[in-house]
Amino acid sequence: MKIEVDYDLCENHAQCVFAAPDAFRMNASDELEFDAEVDDSLREDVQSAADACPVQAIRITG
Amino acid sequence: MTDATAARVVVVGAGLGGLRTAEQLRAKGFRGELVIVGDEEHRPYTRPPLSKELLAGTMSPPDVAFDVRADLGAHWRLGTGVAAARLDERVVVLEDGEELGYDGLVIATGVRPRRLPVPGPEADRFTLRNLAHSLALRRRLRAGVRLCVIGAGFIGCEVAATARRLGAEVTVIAPESVPMERPLGREFGGVLRELHESRGVRFMLGHEVSAFEAGSAGREVVLSDGCRVPFDVAVEAVGSVPAVEWLAGNGLDLSDGVACDGRLRVQGRREVVAVGDVARFPNALFGGPASRVEHWNIPVETARRAAATLVAGLTGSEQEPAHFGPLPAFWSNQFDTRLQSYGAPWLGAADVRLLDGDWTRAAEPIMAGYHRDGELVGVVGTAPPRSFIPHRTAILAAAKKTMRRTP
Ligand SMILES: Cc1cc2nc3c(=O)[nH]c(=O)nc-3n(C[C@H](O)[C@H](O)[C@H](O)COP(=O)(O)OP(=O)(O)OC[C@H]3O[C@@H](n4cnc5c(N)ncnc54)[C@H](O)[C@@H]3O)c2cc1C
Ligand code: SF4
Repeated sequence: MKIEVDYDLCENHAQCVFAAPDAFRMNASDELEFDAEVDDSLREDVQSAADACPVQAIRITG
Repeated sequence: MTDATAARVVVVGAGLGGLRTAEQLRAKGFRGELVIVGDEEHRPYTRPPLSKELLAGTMSPPDVAFDVRADLGAHWRLGTGVAAARLDERVVVLEDGEELGYDGLVIATGVRPRRLPVPGPEADRFTLRNLAHSLALRRRLRAGVRLCVIGAGFIGCEVAATARRLGAEVTVIAPESVPMERPLGREFGGVLRELHESRGVRFMLGHEVSAFEAGSAGREVVLSDGCRVPFDVAVEAVGSVPAVEWLAGNGLDLSDGVACDGRLRVQGRREVVAVGDVARFPNALFGGPASRVEHWNIPVETARRAAATLVAGLTGSEQEPAHFGPLPAFWSNQFDTRLQSYGAPWLGAADVRLLDGDWTRAAEPIMAGYHRDGELVGVVGTAPPRSFIPHRTAILAAAKKTMRRTP
């Protein structure tokens, strides 16, 4: 499955990092990093991350 | 799924909690009829910008709408509220008299602003909960306007910050000795006060409002000590009242929201669940009495749980275990500072310890830990998001220890 994050919207709330730590993380300068393509077994976690993002910055494509 | 395709679930309240529950019902395989009833005209939208970007004019109504997936397959009944419910008959009654039967009911009506119980004319007084409120207030905020904010909680402080940035002359009146004293404690409240004062917000703390008056010199707030504060616009931000009137007459415990169990079932009914701001549920992480939590992540977490409960109820399958322990998460933007909170700081407000920063330097990042019986139960700070990660882990670890100790 593929993940997109709209960095214009993202405010680095880190909610996604807590919901799906295997796909999202905060780097040393407090910016969000994520894997654009992850295994389908993470679908539920990534969906939780998208639901939890306060600014709806996360899109699941495919 | 046994015969659940013929079932109907009615969601009352078209906010974040209602929407996420509907989505989760579909994700968990519910194929029956889904009706979402909301008293506002709008599809679900996100509320935090109502006191921030939308009020400031940097966002407009389309920006706050939630994406609703086309395959949700819900029937939307917007602009009409639910007036009553007869749970024994599995029926809700809309304001226009129409009755809707259900096999599953989701209570997602949230809260509405509490009003000050004081006399005086209503003109130029505002509250803030929905889009209409925010747009109405926004039309009145401009440079030089004298704004009186009654209440120094999160929404009051956010409105004060937004209005000040627009150039309004802002006075915050509240009975506490520092802003947000009850949830965050004195020290952190002092930091926030400093933050606001440095940007020109005036505080009149330790004061109760006793009346609004319209005198020859214009409108005034009258304080209990007789002091008068003239204003052009007043905002009452004095807390909220759960929207539960429509549930009266069913023998429910509605003393503070809707009482539910760890599966979010109401009165142990398998077909009635409550989610979001209106739900008073026991949190296994912290123990103690059931409580409501008005944080953005709670509708999301309760929706997931409640949908599982309903689907299990509708299909007669096994319920998930009773333990439910979502970690509350909250943020608040005031001026250039973002406050974040994890856990239940209000349970530990009597033992606040500085983890990072300096109480006297409000402009610099601060991190505070809130303790109950010596254990970390919450963390609040203005530090960067990443620095919360270890503290959040520590709260969860401490909570799990407590959970093991309590049978
Ligand atoms: C101004 C403001 C700023 C906020 N800022 C933040 C923030 O920065 N961070 C944060 O974490 N949280 C914030 N919150 C809190 C967060 O928005 C709420 O926790 C969240 O909206 C709760 O969702 P809910 O679905 O439970 O209730 P709501 O979003 O209130 O949805 C309930 C819906 O039900 C409708 N309804 C009520 N009664 C009936 C009835 N009888 N029939 C039909 N419909 C009915 C209501 O009109 C409403 O549309 C803020 C809230 C407000 C108001
Ligand atoms: S939750 Fe949303 S805003 Fe926060 S870091 Fe993730 S994508 Fe960005």
